Amino acid sequence: MDYAFIFSSLIKIAALLAVVLGIMNYAVYAERRISALIQDRLGPNRVGPAGLFQPIADAAKFLLKEDFTPAHVNTFYYWLAPCLAMIPAITTLAVVPFGSSLFGVPMVIADINVGVLFVFAIASLGVYGIVIAGWSSNSKYPFLGGVRSSSQMISYELSLGLAVIPVFLLVGQLRLTEVVRYQIENGWLIAPFVGDWGNLQKWLLAIPMMISFVVFTIAIFAETNRLPFDLPEAETELVGGYHTEYGSMKFGLFFLGEYVAMITGSAIIVTLFLGGWHFPGVPDGSHGWGWGLLNIFIFFSKIAGLLFVFIWVRWTLPRFRYDQLMRLGWVFFFEIALVNIFIAAIIIAYLPSK
Amino acid sequence: MNPFLFWFFAFLMLVFGAAVIINRNPIASALSLVICFMGLSALFMSLDAFFIGIIQVLVYAGAVMVLFLFIIMLLDLRAENLRKINYVAVAGGAAVAVVFFIQICFVVGQLNAAKQPFPALTSAKTDDVHNIGLLLFTNYNLPFQIIGVLVLVATIGVVVLSKRELK
Repeated sequence: MDYAFIFSSLIKIAALLAVVLGIMNYAVYAERRISALIQDRLGPNRVGPAGLFQPIADAAKFLLKEDFTPAHVNTFYYWLAPCLAMIPAITTLAVVPFGSSLFGVPMVIADINVGVLFVFAIASLGVYGIVIAGWSSNSKYPFLGGVRSSSQMISYELSLGLAVIPVFLLVGQLRLTEVVRYQIENGWLIAPFVGDWGNLQKWLLAIPMMISFVVFTIAIFAETNRLPFDLPEAETELVGGYHTEYGSMKFGLFFLGEYVAMITGSAIIVTLFLGGWHFPGVPDGSHGWGWGLLNIFIFFSKIAGLLFVFIWVRWTLPRFRYDQLMRLGWVFFFEIALVNIFIAAIIIAYLPSK
Repeated sequence: MNPFLFWFFAFLMLVFGAAVIINRNPIASALSLVICFMGLSALFMSLDAFFIGIIQVLVYAGAVMVLFLFIIMLLDLRAENLRKINYVAVAGGAAVAVVFFIQICFVVGQLNAAKQPFPALTSAKTDDVHNIGLLLFTNYNLPFQIIGVLVLVATIGVVVLSKRELK
């Protein structure tokens, strides 16, 4: 084996993990501050300047609380569930290109040729954590949360998978680095005004891409169990949903797993539709390591922007009813995504090839 | 591919495959089957069949087994846990399995093709996703379409059956 490859991969994994976990902690802080802003409050502002050390205080609190296991739970699965909720969300990041290159090393951990399918496959394993948590708690409300979650995630996985097919019809590759390369050459998929904006074909192609983007983003909301689709943990109906019986760091893993899932979801959206690490006028990492770092910074800035949208939506929209949620998934998004594939295929088939 | 990885995943599959039938708890069985599928997917990937390996996880571990788990969770599990183990039946089953295994070893040992080492696989120049797509839409297009119609018929059948019970 090539030791340089192993070494650089390990460094990339460690760095990416550190950055993502850092963003995750500050996403919680951002959520609390932005929700306060929306509700005309102040939010946490006591720990450190402007409350910036609040995540550290939160983490310390999670870790120092008594780790309590209720007597009626199925112990092994009760302990397994929080790990299963966290691991798939982090694993997904392995195939996402988070930068161009740094010192000649491509900034993606595993550039496999089935990139986006890998993302869906691993993300679909995330449901086990919630289902097992609901079942092993051996209690009514968590169980209902688990059942709701599994049916919701299966339903929205379909729209999620169908929504990205137009993108790959256009790009002709499942590899995520190729998707980014295509967008660098032809402009971002949902932003035809980037690059040569006078090109009519790009505006035409942007129609199915826009529909894909909307369906995909909403499906990601449902997959991450965020409001308006947070039925699995609807506190007005199910106390706390699947994590009712959990406390201290085990609850923390569920709680933070949701934020990691948001970050990975945003990373996928950025890569597929918003040009990945590319920004008009910024060269890639082969022009010097400063540009390489800037590319990485651009990527994470785009993620931060999407995270803000996630938070904004959560504190603006009310929750769906469960039958509305199911009807929305199966009757609207599924059909829209299906018709959208046809639209995209017709446009691509009749366009003069470049 | 590193032979260590092959042995690791093959061993994983065997252990959890056995766990599927040994476990009394249906949930534990279902989860063991999920791990078994993951091992199978890893073995596919070691043969450079990334697409099939990923589809294995996506379809079986990610969708089919979640539905299984969903159904199992709604059942009353205590009846299964309380049932007595019939040791005569267990011994009979084990004996049949052992005899079957010996027979397979014997037959494979007799086979001429098994006595020489297999030639190394030539690694494909093109993407395996592209290859599968090309084959499906050229050589195997008719079977592909027929399977599509079959699946559609099954879907409609399920809807008809579940609607009938509502009346």
